[in-house]
Amino acid sequence: MSAFHVLGRNVLNTIQGVGEATVMLAQALIGKPQPRKMFPLLMRQLYVVGVQSMLIILISGLFIGMVLGLQGYTILVDFGAEQALGPMVALSLLRELGPVVTALLFAGRAGSALTAEIGLMRATEQLSSLEMMAVDPLRRVIAPRFWAGVISMPLLALMFNAVGIYGGFIVGVEWLGVDDGAFWSVMQSSVDWQDDIMNGVIKSLVFAIVVTWVALFKGYTATPTSPGISAATTQTVVYSSLAVLGLDFVLTAIMFG
Amino acid sequence: MDNLVEIKDVYFNRGERSIYEGVSLVIPRGKITGVLGPSGCGKTTLLRLIGAQLKAHKGQVLFAGQEMSQLSRSALYETRKRMSMLFQSGALFSEMSVFENVAFPLREHTKLPENIIQTVVKMKLESVGLRGAADMSPSELSGGMARRAALARSIVLDPEMIMYDEPFAGQDPIAMGMLVKLIDELNDTLGLTSIVVSHDVQEVMSIADHLIVMANKTIVGQGSPQELRENGSELVQQFLSGAPDGPVPFHYQAKPYSDDLLGAHL
Repeated sequence: MSAFHVLGRNVLNTIQGVGEATVMLAQALIGKPQPRKMFPLLMRQLYVVGVQSMLIILISGLFIGMVLGLQGYTILVDFGAEQALGPMVALSLLRELGPVVTALLFAGRAGSALTAEIGLMRATEQLSSLEMMAVDPLRRVIAPRFWAGVISMPLLALMFNAVGIYGGFIVGVEWLGVDDGAFWSVMQSSVDWQDDIMNGVIKSLVFAIVVTWVALFKGYTATPTSPGISAATTQTVVYSSLAVLGLDFVLTAIMFG
Repeated sequence: MDNLVEIKDVYFNRGERSIYEGVSLVIPRGKITGVLGPSGCGKTTLLRLIGAQLKAHKGQVLFAGQEMSQLSRSALYETRKRMSMLFQSGALFSEMSVFENVAFPLREHTKLPENIIQTVVKMKLESVGLRGAADMSPSELSGGMARRAALARSIVLDPEMIMYDEPFAGQDPIAMGMLVKLIDELNDTLGLTSIVVSHDVQEVMSIADHLIVMANKTIVGQGSPQELRENGSELVQQFLSGAPDGPVPFHYQAKPYSDDLLGAHL
């Protein structure tokens, strides 16, 4: 088979995959709302997907903020501009590192777990069993996990930002001696609610949709064998990470370009 | 005879591989129908076609006179409430207790008050001998217990028909005996129609009113257990007696043995 054929087949497979993923999500989300049934399922998934991801997000945020404080200080001090450390740390986190690193960590921690869980539900015939019990697995299994991912990731990103800024403060102010008042007041005057904070939240929301969607689709369509679930879990992390990084460039160009 | 399921001239492929070529059969109402056949001949596929989890490429699958593949999504889900399937693995929900697994269809499809749900679930668990295991999680159950718990879940909505996918596979003789007894008793006491897909010839023949033997992409024999014992087909007799060689060959299709061994040195 020629390279042209292989390329053509891959393109067609990709288009088909995107189409199937769209149909899956539409069938999961469109329909008569059932708040009485959905609410407990959503709360459980918010705990599994969101609350259980908090520790890794908070610890990573703290260290990344500390590194930013240290690196920023060593550069800025050469120009006598260490008072600008506050906005540097805050803007780096709010605009880029918060949404992106949270999404990458979320893909590794919660995304892979979602794929493995749903893949195993397929392998152990739990999804077929739901269908035969006249319960739509898309509404019952996919929808609450999707909303839990979409709700929790922006909140996790905000926590990441807050802890990261505190990490920058510890290193810059407490350790390296940057003026306390300058750190906070210059940050406050430089950070814009709409341009910096809200744009970061919008980015995080887009990443949340993409990462959760990829994870759920890969789990739902996983080959129900050990190698199949293993491959699907890997694909979730790889595809969603690449999608996050690619989309980040596009969103940054639109928002700040 | 009144038939609950009718399959007419069905063709079905998995990818390039043909599974069925013109299969026609009926499942009589109120009886236990055993479906026998070698591994990979499409016995489980038959159950999935009846439940419309798979769609035939050609032919008709009728349940209570309705063409399953023509039903809308909502009508299909309504029809599925009238049937039930016991999966080979049991397919219990791992995050729920045995009690919650059995209560699940009631909570999803009825608005019964909690005290009635408690009573119905306990009755169903009692009927499969697992009332004492209500609070256990599925991971704590043995294979036979998991299947009995799944059976309690299958009958909790009082379906018209239950499809059993390899209910005896991997069970010890005691568990197998319990399942045989349960399938037989439930069919009679609840007035069910049962389809039992299995390799275990003796167990199925002991309870089935009607038997269907599948092989080579089609039906090779059907009738009562007695009629099947007297069936002249070599294929049916090989399967019933468990002979290692016969129309279903011991050797998978391959090039001549001598060519394979000597060819490497040429």
